[in-house]
Amino acid sequence: MSREFGFETRSIHAGTQPEPVTGARQTPIFQTASYVFHDADHAASLFNLQTFGFVYSRLGNPTVAALEERLASLEGGRGSTCVASGHAAQLLALFPLMEAGAEFVASTRLYGGSITQFGKTFKKFGWQCRFLDMDDLEAVKAAVGEDTRALFCESLANPGGAVSDLESLARIAEGAGCPLVVDNTLATPFLCRPFEFGADLVVHSTTKFLTGNGTAMGGAVIDSGRFDWSKSRRFASLSAPEPAYHGLAFQETFGDLAFTTFSHAVTLRDLGAAQSPMNAFLTLLGLETLPLRMERHCRNALAVARFLETHPAVAWVSYAGLPSSPYRGLAQRYLPAGAGSVFTFGLKGGYRAGARLVEAVALWSHLANVGDSRSLILHPASTTHRQLTAAQRQAAGAGDEVVRLSVGLETAADLIGDLQQALDSLP
Amino acid sequence: MQQWVYSDALILGILDRVETIALVGASAKWNRPSFFAMKYLQEKGYRVIPVNPGLAGQELLGERVYAGLGEIPLPFGMVDIFRNAEAAGPIVDRAIALKESRKIEVVWMQLGVIACAAAARAEAAGLTVVMDRCPKIEYGRLHSELSWGGFDSGVITAKRRRLKVAWS
Repeated sequence: MSREFGFETRSIHAGTQPEPVTGARQTPIFQTASYVFHDADHAASLFNLQTFGFVYSRLGNPTVAALEERLASLEGGRGSTCVASGHAAQLLALFPLMEAGAEFVASTRLYGGSITQFGKTFKKFGWQCRFLDMDDLEAVKAAVGEDTRALFCESLANPGGAVSDLESLARIAEGAGCPLVVDNTLATPFLCRPFEFGADLVVHSTTKFLTGNGTAMGGAVIDSGRFDWSKSRRFASLSAPEPAYHGLAFQETFGDLAFTTFSHAVTLRDLGAAQSPMNAFLTLLGLETLPLRMERHCRNALAVARFLETHPAVAWVSYAGLPSSPYRGLAQRYLPAGAGSVFTFGLKGGYRAGARLVEAVALWSHLANVGDSRSLILHPASTTHRQLTAAQRQAAGAGDEVVRLSVGLETAADLIGDLQQALDSLP
Repeated sequence: MQQWVYSDALILGILDRVETIALVGASAKWNRPSFFAMKYLQEKGYRVIPVNPGLAGQELLGERVYAGLGEIPLPFGMVDIFRNAEAAGPIVDRAIALKESRKIEVVWMQLGVIACAAAARAEAAGLTVVMDRCPKIEYGRLHSELSWGGFDSGVITAKRRRLKVAWS
């Protein structure tokens, strides 16, 4: 049983036994669109979902499946579905739960790209997203009920450094009969495993820390296998007979495999956001060193955050690993091994100082990504959070004066030295 | 809910040793879990004898359906119970009674079927008991096929698996 093996062992071995035909030790990149059937009956069994196997790489691919199993193991879930990007993962997580006219509730502190996807693009499907401050547990409790399809939050928010009270939110979701969906991208399962606190689904942008070097786009949805989709009539995709499979009801037939089976057989089949095997391979390579990298990411981030608190050009630092953070208590509870390496700080010089700082650094890369081995810097107000209103930016922790860092794996003194010369150069 | 822990070696041993399975609660409906399991186990080379009094005498996936375990005229190493826990008790007792004449070694109860008293009686009679598991899922899990669907098999090994090669 995998639970008997440690996290580091599973980061390297889960999902990737030696390839039995050739003995290849590293996972082959199965660069193929299709798979040969043994005979007509085997083909029929595969199309009826009566047997395990591959049909077409839009639905499943051996290299991608190896990554899926590894992520399911690391999160402590039943199964997972890997997709083309983190945004695709959010679409895939919600697709079985939603329909036109249905509502889900999400945190105002979500990453700006998620707020745009949920608030604007999903509206075109008739999906209603209600944004709430999830620090206000009473307001969340009052807002959810028997029509709520999901509660959606980040374990560690991008970029504001807010930590969600997962256990309390899971209890509220359970009371409302809906799943708690947690974006665990910035924490990674090394720092936080939301299923241990009652979450039902976890989503990731695997592009970030899981791959770890900014080489491969990808996303993942991991299912705990614990949510009973048949308890209410809300989740008909999983509990009611599916016409495209001749009246098969996914939860009845597949039990705790239902969500992941539906995600491959229906969602990926029809939405088509499959992950490429090459990208899955790169993410599998990255995961081998996830525990080592996360330890160093956290250590460097704390050193940089402590330095910033002492610099006169800096108004505030929002890092959950600092004693000054209002999220310190939640971080110690949910992220005891470290508060990650993505956080924000405010400049006394406002918007202009932020725009200038990202140009004045020479070792920090000015780009829109996080979770790279390289250190990254961004001024959200002029880039990732541009589409939001000033009020939305403020709520998301991305106001005009805010700079976001993703602290990499370089020598901490070099990172601090470069920030120091850039901050000193501000007028 | 209590979890029953069975070692991979125990489950693999059962799946390697058993050749014929009496499947109690067989269904003729193609989208029922018991139909899925029967078809899958047949594909893996097991002979599966369906048991269902309502379908007795009919043919299901190439096999004659029997009304009960006692009507099956040949040995079967394993009884797979696709019925609820209440119904499982008398079926287990029937398996105990037929243990010698049908060479039964294993009583297997499906996912969600937990009948502790019946299991204890079977074990006392020398039968190996598995509860709350599906042989299809366990076969797939231990032969990497469950992994193909993106599921955590729990199998961690650096050993190379030996494949039986046959042209299809």
